Order: sequence, then C-alpha cells, then structure tokens
Amino acid sequence: MKAEEKMKEDYKYGFVTDIESEDFPKGVNEEIVRLLSTRKNEPEWLLEFRLKGLRQWQKMEHPKWQYCEVPPIDFQALTYYAKPKTKKTVDSLEEIDPELLETFEKLGIPLTEQKRLMGVAVDAVFDSVSVGTTHQEDLEKVGVIFCSISEAVQKYPDLVKKYLGTVIPAADNYYAALNCAVFSDGSFVYIPPGVTCPLDLSTYFRINAKDTGQFERTLIIADKGSYVNYLEGCTAPQRDENQLHAAIVELITLDDAEIKYSTVQNWFAGDKAGKGGIFNFVTKRGHCIGKNSKISWTQVEAGSAITWKYPSCVLLGENSVGSFYSVALTNHFMQADTGTKMIHVGKNTRSTIISKGISAEKSNNVYRGLVKIMPSATGARNYSQCDSMLIGSECGAHTFPTIDVRNDSAVVEHEATTSKISADQIFYLRSRGYTQEKAVSLIVNGFCKDVFKTLPLEFSVEAVKLIEMKLENSVG
Amino acid sequence: MLEVKNLSAQVEGSEILKGINLTVKAGEVHAIMGPNGSGKSTLAKVIAGHPAYEVTGGSVSFDVNRKPVDLLELDPDVRAKEGVFLGFQYPVEIPGVTNVDFLREAFNEVCAHQGLDKLDDAQFKSLVREKLKLLDMDERFLERDVNAGFSGGEKKKNEILQMAILNPRLALLDETDSGLDIDALRIVSKGVNAIKSRFNAIVLVTHYQRLLDLIVPDYVHVLYKGRIIKSGDKSLALELEKKGYDWLIAEAEEKH
Repeated sequence: MKAEEKMKEDYKYGFVTDIESEDFPKGVNEEIVRLLSTRKNEPEWLLEFRLKGLRQWQKMEHPKWQYCEVPPIDFQALTYYAKPKTKKTVDSLEEIDPELLETFEKLGIPLTEQKRLMGVAVDAVFDSVSVGTTHQEDLEKVGVIFCSISEAVQKYPDLVKKYLGTVIPAADNYYAALNCAVFSDGSFVYIPPGVTCPLDLSTYFRINAKDTGQFERTLIIADKGSYVNYLEGCTAPQRDENQLHAAIVELITLDDAEIKYSTVQNWFAGDKAGKGGIFNFVTKRGHCIGKNSKISWTQVEAGSAITWKYPSCVLLGENSVGSFYSVALTNHFMQADTGTKMIHVGKNTRSTIISKGISAEKSNNVYRGLVKIMPSATGARNYSQCDSMLIGSECGAHTFPTIDVRNDSAVVEHEATTSKISADQIFYLRSRGYTQEKAVSLIVNGFCKDVFKTLPLEFSVEAVKLIEMKLENSVG
Repeated sequence: MLEVKNLSAQVEGSEILKGINLTVKAGEVHAIMGPNGSGKSTLAKVIAGHPAYEVTGGSVSFDVNRKPVDLLELDPDVRAKEGVFLGFQYPVEIPGVTNVDFLREAFNEVCAHQGLDKLDDAQFKSLVREKLKLLDMDERFLERDVNAGFSGGEKKKNEILQMAILNPRLALLDETDSGLDIDALRIVSKGVNAIKSRFNAIVLVTHYQRLLDLIVPDYVHVLYKGRIIKSGDKSLALELEKKGYDWLIAEAEEKH
C-alpha cells in the first residue's frame, strides 16, 4: 500500500469538502462580535451576553495548569464564523446543498428522511452553522424541541435566555469566555415535563473550512420527569495546521429528569509526526437542579491533537446522581488532559467516575478529577475508578485526582490502577490464532468494557471499531 | 509431522536449548521429562513461537497439507492457525473479555485460515457445550472473563477446553498436570485422551508419572541442560519414577 493511501486509511474522515463559505473577517474584537450578532439577527440581550464574554476573555490569560503543551495560538488569525454559502435560508432538508448532504452521507450521517428508519434525530453542524435537523415533526408531536441554537434564539428566546450561561458562565475559563463571545451555532434541546424523548437525539460536528475555529454551544434542558439520550460525534478534514474547537455544552435536569450524553470524538489527531490536528478545548457541565435527577456523561475520546475537557456534574438537587464514563485513547503525538468534576451540594447525592486511559507510542494521557463534597451534602457518596493502560515504553499516563470533603457523613472511594499490556498476554492470544493487532485490540476492549457498555449499542459498536482502527498502526 | 533438528535457542543471552532433535508423527504421544531448568518449557514455547526466545540454530519443520513447512518462519498466530497449540503452564488472565467471546474469535480465526466454514452462534454454542461436558465444566464458565479469578485447576481445564475447540494437529501441553488435584487430573486426562486421534500428536511436558499413567506416552524423552540425553518408551518414565535423574545425568556427563 502506498504511504498516501495508508495515511488516508489512518483517518478516513480526512477529506475536504469543496464548498464555498461566506466571507467573514478574521480576528476577534468588539466589532467582529457585533457583526456576528447582526448577521445572525440576534436580540439585544444576546449581543450583551456576547460582549460580556468578550470583555471577560480580554481580561484573562491563557491557562497554564494543564499537563500538555499547547503551542501559542494567534486568536486574531482565526476566522470565527464560517457558513457554507447557500442560495437562501434553508427551510427543509430538501433545500440543503447536495454537496453538504453528500459530505454527511460520506461520514455515515445521512440527513435525508430515510434516516427516520434508524430512529435517531440528527442536528448536523458544518463549520459554524447547523445545516439541518432531522425528525423535527416527530419530535414536535410530543413537544420536544430539537433545533439549532440560532433557531431557538429566534423561536424560543425565553427558554434560551433563562438557561444560557447559567451552567457555564463566561468567567468560568478562558475558552468558555471566548465561546460566549463568538459562539456561532450548536444544538438546543428542550424536553417537556414527563416526556421520554421518543428518539435518540444526535449532533454531528464537522469542521471543514481552513483557519476556522469551531465554537458551538449546546444547551439541553430536561424538564421535570423527562428523559433524553443524546449522542455527539465529531470529525474534521486532515490539514497540516492545527484547528481550534472550543465548544460549550450545558445540561440542566429538573426534578426526576435524566440526561444521558454520549460522545464519540474522532477529530483529526494530526499525522504520525504530530503535524496538524484539532485542539479540542471543550467545557461540558451539567446542573442536576432537581431532586432525583440524573446526568450521565460517557465519552470515547480517540481523536484531536490535544484534548482538554472535563465533563462535570454539579449535584444540587437532593438524591441527584452524576456519572462519568470515559475512555481516552492517545497515540502518535496526541495529548489528552481529561477527566471530570463532581460537585456534591444536595443531600444524598451520588456520583460514579469510571475512567480508562490508554496511551500508545509517544502520546501523553492524563486523568484529572475533582470530587468535592460541600458542607450541605450530607450522605453524599462517590466512587471513582481510574485505570491507565500503557502500550509501549515511550508514552505517558498520569493521574491527578483531587478529593475535597467538607461533610463528615460522606463516603468517597477512589481506586486506581496502571497496567501495561504484557508480552505474555499478547503471546497467549497469538498462540490461539489472534494476530498481534487483534490481540491488543481484544485486551484494550476488555479494559474499556465498563465504559463501552454504557454507550448506546450503535455507538458502542462504533467505539470498538474506532479503537481498533486507532490501534492498528500503533502496535508493532 | 514435526521434525526438530539440532535446535538451539537462547533467552536474554543465555543458551537454553543446545541442539534438540525430536521427531513426532501423527497419532503419537511424546512425554518430555527432565529436572527443573533443563529447557522443557522452553522447547514447547520455541515451537509455539514465543518472541522472547531467539532461535540460534537448527530447524523446526511442521507438515502442512502433507508438506513440510519451516515453522520458525511463521508468526505465532499463523502457527496456531496451522494447528499448533500450546497449553500454558501459567494461563494468562484477560480482564473484561468473556471466555465465550475469546473462544469464538479464536475458533473463527482458525477456521477462516484453514478454509473451513464459520459456525453460526447456535452451532458454535452447541460445539462448546459438547466440549464443556467432556471436561465436566459448568456453562457459567463461558461468561466469566478469560482466566480472571480462576482457580489453578479451572485455568488448566480452560486450556484443554480451548484445545478441544481449536482441534489442533500438534498439542504441546506444558505442565498441564501441575497444580491439579487428583480428580481434576483425571478429568483433564480424560479430555486429552478424548481429543487424541491418529491424526494429531501430543507432546506432554511433565515432571510426574501420575500424568503418564493416565495419558500413556509412546515415547519418553529426558531433557538435561538443553539436550535430550535419553529417549525410550513408557518404561523409561517408570524407571525415572523409581531411580530419579541422577543415574542418567551421570551417564550423560561421562559421555561428554
């Protein structure tokens, strides 16, 4: 196989769609933010929200505490808004540029209505804008709102205004502030009281344009007694330059509501020499506001040059439950600094953390976690398990767990292991007919089982395949 | 079917095998005996292709479709697919992988290589059930993670179960009897005897006559310091049981 073909096989989503995007000046400043807001025809309060974010960001410095090397980013050289040029606003999926539809088809995300058969509603975000949300009618029947956040701002301003930025305010961190200023689009979900969402909802993010940052924002509100299963997938073309993805995801559950949020992240990770790749700097957090409410994060992080994210839960309501299940796989020169925060505020709140980090080749994999039990959180419980697996001898695995308990009645457990795939394990499998690659993949899949089993079936199949594909060229 | 000629091998610079000659034909049972550290396990591992051992001389040929093939040229998984099986002295644990998934994949790999049809799920399950019965094993065994938390006896039974399912032409059983109580030894031996046929061969690495009472060898070889110093029939093992190795070692050292 030619080297070039091999490269393509390494990352099969590395193609570029030849589609014109609407011009937008580079850089970030008040003028740009105002222009963005005007283009999107936003109400005054949202412009204020953006400007507040911008002013906050301008006061801040790039954080230094992460255990990965982030090369300096020239924020003024980026374009903050890249919209695929379309002849007019899109009213239905039939009007979407066929080139775009084809891109999503190639990615395995058909947006046409045949997708209905699969029982998943998809919101597809291409560069900075949402290009199409499927199954809107089916969802409307039960009162579920699933649309792009731009559309929600126009159609449901009260809901958006009430919750936007309440979970992750601009001042939370550097990239959250930047996102508040320049977020372009994203998904919005509202599940009305007592409704179990009849379909799994899904957002598919695709970065295409060059020198573009993707700053989307997802806001999901599960009203009393409701339930939703949400899936998120990501890919990007293979480019030599690094690209920035700084998203925000905010989840809110009211009394007895539950949100399950699953991510399979496969942004372009850079090539074997460490060139190019996405900087995935994402802030994800959920507020379990209501009693007995639940938020569960499952992530399979297998892409990006640098991943820097901590899907977290603030457990406010009594008996609320937070979980975090994570598999982070790094190879080549990838770096991942990921983990979670579980903040226990309400009584009898419970949280579970299962983190599996796998590092291969020259990559670096960090688990960073905080379990905080506030004085009010009587009877709180946490169980954390952080396992690391090393493949080869040039990679690194690090764990930085912080446990802060301010209530004596809390029970907090933490278990951690580090293992290396042993030569004996591999030989054992090979002597049973497994190739070297299959042997490693079997061992790794076994290691990740506790996390994979929390994924919806089709995602779990995809995750297994993804891990296999990533490892294929990492084990000699 | 197996022809080992003047085989030498080393691990981390120290030479363990120093010119082994061994011929094994289909339908035969060979026992490899000898004091600790004589190279018995190494011989089995080298034939199976353990990467930690470096072959420094000699050859190993194995008949594939009635033609001799240089086994040392093949990757360990290809050797397995061609019908070489190593029963481990210390079977390895694979957490998170169920026994049945592990077995199914191994079985399919071997079938695909040998051009045999894959079995569907029901057919495979019924094959496994039949083999479980042979080894007096509970079906719940299948849903447990590979060797994880198994007792010594269960691990060894699991090795023979794998052998029964993969149906190798050459089985190298490395101290399969160690760590077994009398009942387990009897069951394991019964299993091996049931698998034994005129189409396959078995090489037993063992310290004890008690295994050879149950799986009767056609040939017994005594290994000492990396060489076969004596070969004979089953009576040699009985003699060793009585007299130990010293007399043979003295004989061998006199020769050198």
